[in-house]
Amino acid sequence: MTALTRPARPGEDDAAPRPLPWRRMAGVTWRQHRMTLAGVAVLLGALAVWLWTAGTPLHNTWATAAACHPASSPSCQNLISAFDSTATNKFMGSKGAGGVLLQLIPALIGAFAGAPVLARELETGTFRFAWTQGFARWRWALAKLVLLALALAAATAAFGVLVSWYYQPYEGVGGQFLGLNENTPFAYGFSLREVTFPAWTLAAFAIAALAGVLIRRVVPAIVATLVVYAGLAFAAAGLLREHYLAPLATTRLDLPGTTTDWVLGQWFTKNGRFAFGGNPPSSILNQFCSSGKAAGPSFAPCLSPHGYVQWTSYQPASRFWPFQWIEGGWLLALSALLIAAAIWLVHRRAA
Amino acid sequence: MATLTRPARPGEDDAAPRPLPWRRMAGVTWRQHRIALAAVAVLLGALAVYLWIVGTSVHHAWTAAITCHPVGSPACQDLAATFNGTWNNMSIPTVLLQVVPALIGAFVGAPVLARELETGTFRFAWTQGFARWRWALAKLAALGVVLAAAGAAFGTLLSWCYQPYSAAANQDLGLYGNTPFAVAFGLREVTFPAWALAAFATGALAGMLIRRVVPAIAATLAVYAGLAIAAAALLREHYLTPLVTSNPNLPGTAWLIAQWWTKDGRFAFAGNPPDSLLNQFCTFPQSPSGKGGGPSGPPGPPGPTYAQCLAPHGYANWMSYQPASRFWPFQWIEGGWLFALSVLLIAATIWLVHRRAG
Amino acid sequence: MNVVESRGLGKRYGRTWALRECTLEIPAGCVAALVGPNGAGKTTLLNLAVGLTAPSAGGLTVLGGRRAGSPAALDGIAFVAQDTPVYKTLSVADMLSITRSLNRRFDQPYARARLDELGIPLKRRAGKLSGGQQAQLALTLALARRPRLLVLDEPVAALDPVARHDFMATVLAAAAAAADGVSVLLSSHVLTELERVASYLVLMSGGRVQLAGAVADLLAAHGRSSLEELALHYLRETAPEVTR
Repeated sequence: MTALTRPARPGEDDAAPRPLPWRRMAGVTWRQHRMTLAGVAVLLGALAVWLWTAGTPLHNTWATAAACHPASSPSCQNLISAFDSTATNKFMGSKGAGGVLLQLIPALIGAFAGAPVLARELETGTFRFAWTQGFARWRWALAKLVLLALALAAATAAFGVLVSWYYQPYEGVGGQFLGLNENTPFAYGFSLREVTFPAWTLAAFAIAALAGVLIRRVVPAIVATLVVYAGLAFAAAGLLREHYLAPLATTRLDLPGTTTDWVLGQWFTKNGRFAFGGNPPSSILNQFCSSGKAAGPSFAPCLSPHGYVQWTSYQPASRFWPFQWIEGGWLLALSALLIAAAIWLVHRRAA
Repeated sequence: MATLTRPARPGEDDAAPRPLPWRRMAGVTWRQHRIALAAVAVLLGALAVYLWIVGTSVHHAWTAAITCHPVGSPACQDLAATFNGTWNNMSIPTVLLQVVPALIGAFVGAPVLARELETGTFRFAWTQGFARWRWALAKLAALGVVLAAAGAAFGTLLSWCYQPYSAAANQDLGLYGNTPFAVAFGLREVTFPAWALAAFATGALAGMLIRRVVPAIAATLAVYAGLAIAAAALLREHYLTPLVTSNPNLPGTAWLIAQWWTKDGRFAFAGNPPDSLLNQFCTFPQSPSGKGGGPSGPPGPPGPTYAQCLAPHGYANWMSYQPASRFWPFQWIEGGWLFALSVLLIAATIWLVHRRAG
Repeated sequence: MNVVESRGLGKRYGRTWALRECTLEIPAGCVAALVGPNGAGKTTLLNLAVGLTAPSAGGLTVLGGRRAGSPAALDGIAFVAQDTPVYKTLSVADMLSITRSLNRRFDQPYARARLDELGIPLKRRAGKLSGGQQAQLALTLALARRPRLLVLDEPVAALDPVARHDFMATVLAAAAAAADGVSVLLSSHVLTELERVASYLVLMSGGRVQLAGAVADLLAAHGRSSLEELALHYLRETAPEVTR
């Protein structure tokens, strides 16, 4: 039988050995999580192929429609209406279901990649192997989580670029009058862009890692992550996003970016004092506007002779990139916090 | 030390014992899967509360709009616009709700077999007195029935939520028309439980084949996504042969599938007329037909305006469509094939359980 | 040097004390056997020694004064847990690579040679190995780390007699290696096996240490001729519900 001999080496058994280099965790992380990373690559790859094949004809249609002169001729109108009909396509149009469903991808990637990192070790008992090696457990956890987070952020950032490319024709017509339906770059697909897509994925990953160490079982951790993520996403879209910077208020009826600014609210004042918000009440309508016009900015013509002034609060389209960075920033900070909490729990956790 | 004795009972050691009654599996299934079922109940319950709140406000807006007189007054127009505006809040949840059957089915169905195989407890479960194929059949059938029942109840709530939009399509009040086919078709009383069941069956089979829980869940979601997209984009319009008409006035509730033009009885072109014909016969500028009614409504069929300049030259506009009256037959057709698929997948799963060596 | 030294060590889970007032001094160079019925606190003591859990009372140092669980302690201790957990979906080669990455010292040639000798293929998934092979894999990985103390929690519980014999022979050989032999601390309740290997005994029951000392000394002091006899006598007295 092979004999085990340990040659004596001076200084080998220090009471306080120098920590092992971080790069050793690269191989460990890859070996343990290569199936997960492969799964993410396959998913994003398939979606990328789909976006590419749907987006190339879209870009062609838009380019020909925009380059067509004169714009009012029937053939050009034909091209424009062809482009418009793709825009209103219920699945991949500018407000189609595809864009909504893509919002699930960061949640799914983050949950399925992040939850098993710690939860699987705890659930199967392999933490008794992993946390009794020569690499301190908090360093092990930090290295793993950071490496995986970086890989996911890079992959999803690339994907976000592709998504932006896909939706670019819809925004290209925002300032031009090609007869396209309104599309505010804010409200729709905001979280699918180059900055926010990786930021949301990272947030889901961090939530999942922390859920994994708290719940200690993989599938419940995935479920908990999806629930928390859903709440966070709805809160961000419904409540937080419009307040990243103080909205501007104006009395102009035509906003500078007619269809690209994000209208938040409108109200009317009379003689400098607040009168009512939103649409005028029926009593005032029946009194001053009796000619049956449709709702919207066109209330102003019949009301302003009577001293009412319409105010609109909005976020100008030029604030799109600042908003992206603000959202990306707080998501990144949240992710760092959650990952730090997870590592601290690993460090402190008694078996 | 206590000794182990077995009292002799005549007939106890038959060579071919009678099978144990099915009802014994009820308790087993409940104990093993109560957390998953509780989670489904919590999810559907929370969504139901949300839908109840939103649905009530939609119904109020609807009732206010249709009982308003006179119809053309600004106040009534305003109420109509308010009702139309509620669709803005419903459109995104409508899309997101489509993932609920997938999640329920995957997270309940995949672990049934995958967890036993992954943790090794199948060595316990399949060596008891209850034959393993009966064990699998009882479990999958019981869970499937529970999910289908919960899904049917939830689907009824969803139908109630969407009912004003379907009713609005039939009114001539200038209210937003929403074809009952295109959106939320998979979220009704028949299709919601059917899709949930299909996801469950897919999950069970995936769990048996892949033998690990998390990969089985992921695979189930992927397969479901493919199936749902295929059904919505390819299959649904063909459940019954579409009707064909040259009448340009289709009701707004019809589901327009395709349109083409013939000249003198022979096929001329499909979709919009080519530039050459337009420049030849249609000399006045056409208004862009992209602005349909409502925020994301379908464009009005461009047929009538083109028809005016092309019809005198012998061109006839044909449209194929599914009339709104076919909504319920379509629901049952979709529910039917999904149910058949589920039965097939579950049967395959049970067969694998029966046959699986070791 | 004492490989394990504790004073009044205790561990509580909720209201229950799994381990209480444990005072031990296990010297280096021994094969120390931790014996006792189920629930006696053996696994808790071992978990404390390797830093997987923290004490609720008292203190524990290992390898001559290093705090249990510290990097210095983990560097010199190799642990094989109950059920020998390995990553079931990874291959044997992957397990070798991971262990090498996570440790300061790793004798790769030794590990490879040993796995070869045992007939464990490098490409096979660890989950597909037999129980005996998994245990041998875990032991190989632990020994290849060149530890000063090898801690084993019920290592042979699931093994057949041949596999058990081979496993313990390997442990013995490692312990007996000249000059730089490994100290061993292992828990078991298979008394007949321990007879041949143990030189130091710690007898536990009810969460307390009942008896501790060199085997030869204990046998002489209590007038028993075999470890089994000694252990059974003591355990019966302190935990009457223990059965043979």
